[in-house]
Amino acid sequence: MTTFLSFSPEELTAIRLSMRVAFWAMLGSLPVGVGVALLLSRGRFWGRSLLNAFVHLPLVMPPVVTGYVLLLLFGRRGPLGELLEKSLGIVLAFRWTGAALAGAVMGFPLMVRSIRLSIDSVDRRLEAAAGTLGANALWVFATVTLPLILPGILAGMILSFARALGEFGATITFVSNIPGETETLPLAIYTLTQIPGRDLATLRLTLVAVAISLAALFASEVMIERAARRALGL
Amino acid sequence: MLNIAVAHRFGPFALDAAFDSAGGLTALFGRSGAGKTTLINAIAGLLRPDRARIVVDGAVLTDTERGIFVPARRRRIGYVFQEGRLFPHLTVRQNLLYGRWFAPPGDRKTGASGEIDDVIELLGVGGLLARRPANLSGGEKQRVAIGRALLARPRLLVMDEPLAALDEARKTEILPYIERLRDRAGVPIVYVSHQVGEVTRLATTMVVLDAGRVAAVGPTAQIMGRIDLFPLTGRAEAGAILATRVAGHDAAFGLTTLRAAAGDLRVPRLDLPVGAALRVRIRARDVMIALSPPEGLSALNVLPGTVVEIAAGDGAIVEMRLDCAGEALVARLTRRSVETLGLEPGRPVYAVIKSIAFDHHAFAGAPPAPGADAETRQG
Repeated sequence: MTTFLSFSPEELTAIRLSMRVAFWAMLGSLPVGVGVALLLSRGRFWGRSLLNAFVHLPLVMPPVVTGYVLLLLFGRRGPLGELLEKSLGIVLAFRWTGAALAGAVMGFPLMVRSIRLSIDSVDRRLEAAAGTLGANALWVFATVTLPLILPGILAGMILSFARALGEFGATITFVSNIPGETETLPLAIYTLTQIPGRDLATLRLTLVAVAISLAALFASEVMIERAARRALGL
Repeated sequence: MLNIAVAHRFGPFALDAAFDSAGGLTALFGRSGAGKTTLINAIAGLLRPDRARIVVDGAVLTDTERGIFVPARRRRIGYVFQEGRLFPHLTVRQNLLYGRWFAPPGDRKTGASGEIDDVIELLGVGGLLARRPANLSGGEKQRVAIGRALLARPRLLVMDEPLAALDEARKTEILPYIERLRDRAGVPIVYVSHQVGEVTRLATTMVVLDAGRVAAVGPTAQIMGRIDLFPLTGRAEAGAILATRVAGHDAAFGLTTLRAAAGDLRVPRLDLPVGAALRVRIRARDVMIALSPPEGLSALNVLPGTVVEIAAGDGAIVEMRLDCAGEALVARLTRRSVETLGLEPGRPVYAVIKSIAFDHHAFAGAPPAPGADAETRQG
């Protein structure tokens, strides 16, 4: 039993890397997600349904295709990749940051959906009431809208985190499978399944993946419940 | 001081209303669909009217001709909504203090915390401060909503049927708070309602709206005494308003004597000190007319007066206005009685009112001095 639960350094690296990639994928997409959700829920502009379709693309396209598109855009020779490297010195291709981008993109539709639904359900008359009390648009958002949509934001964050944690196709296409740099948990499990006699290690990592997912789900349930109760004043 | 003129059209509905008010509590009265809410939304800046000029206490808030439209958040108009609209995620205390972040600093002499305490005391919400709106009754919610609007230091308070969502008991509970607000807070109020009882009890000035237009403006007693407005003010509940003071109590019979310019009224015992000012609504249907001072009659109240106006018509019921020592009284009689008694304008008569006609709906604390001024000036 002790041997079964003792992780090799490579396995620990894969677990830590996965957590880091998923965390930054979630955090990085959060402000953009809130912004796009606001735009889709409240905005009245030409091309809104186009933006909506675009946001949902990663959900319906094969992940490999998303990964390839990312490679085309953000690869070292891709237009955006070149721009980022020259202006900010950020390299995404074959780095863990690229894995985070892939996870963020794949989780983005889920995050936006969750936040948008909560914005849709906000009673706008409350915002008008805050306006008559002297609050400007930014204050209304910070003191009324944001607290009321917090459950939706939390749910969106968890979904994004979980999606990034399980990301495989787009990641392996975009940043390949480099141990210690881009070999996240799913990629590590995949690698192990390709090597004969590593069944025990495969099972071990599989259990870790299950445990992390369950913990994330459980934590999200608790947080969302709490936030929802607070938003309703119960 | 309010100067309001608003013209706005959406779909088949056209609002074209203008009125001035000296302060106190101005009631916008009319049926649903008369344009009351549209009008106050224009005043509060929640609606951008087609053409309007809105001046509150000298501040021009909307003037479409000059291209002025002050946004709602800079108008300093406290809005009490029909459904309260308290912030569900904040406590009562946080709700009350919400507008203070943006309110202009107050006078030095009235400390900020003193003002908060005053409002909490005025509205009786001291015991609710730690609670959330979800745990409040409808009446409590509305009192908190009023306090929240008041603590933003508004130059004007607008209230959109704040009692409409409440049952009778809650209404009775909250009305005295609104009276105190009118008399003590020193903030002019525009109050929207379609309930005659509320309006006659609270309003110093009445604006009667009908299908988007102003049918009449004036002191409440004067408007309620106009029989030509009965179709709008509601026949069943229509009645004149007398300003009275408590003259004495009759402990033996459990009666209170109220003194009005028109004469004395004896009503079931009221728990008020001698000298207290009181408004009494005398419904037209509770008034009988006699040609001579009646004898052998159970009714205790007889006011001498003169017939001023008899509504034309050939229905069974006829309304008439009397002048009783300068105060208007209205009465509903059958046309047959009018003919039998030979009633006509100028004829001296006696108005007879049963004491038990004065139920709790009939009384209200008297309006403050500005309203009384307006009544003597214009009435």
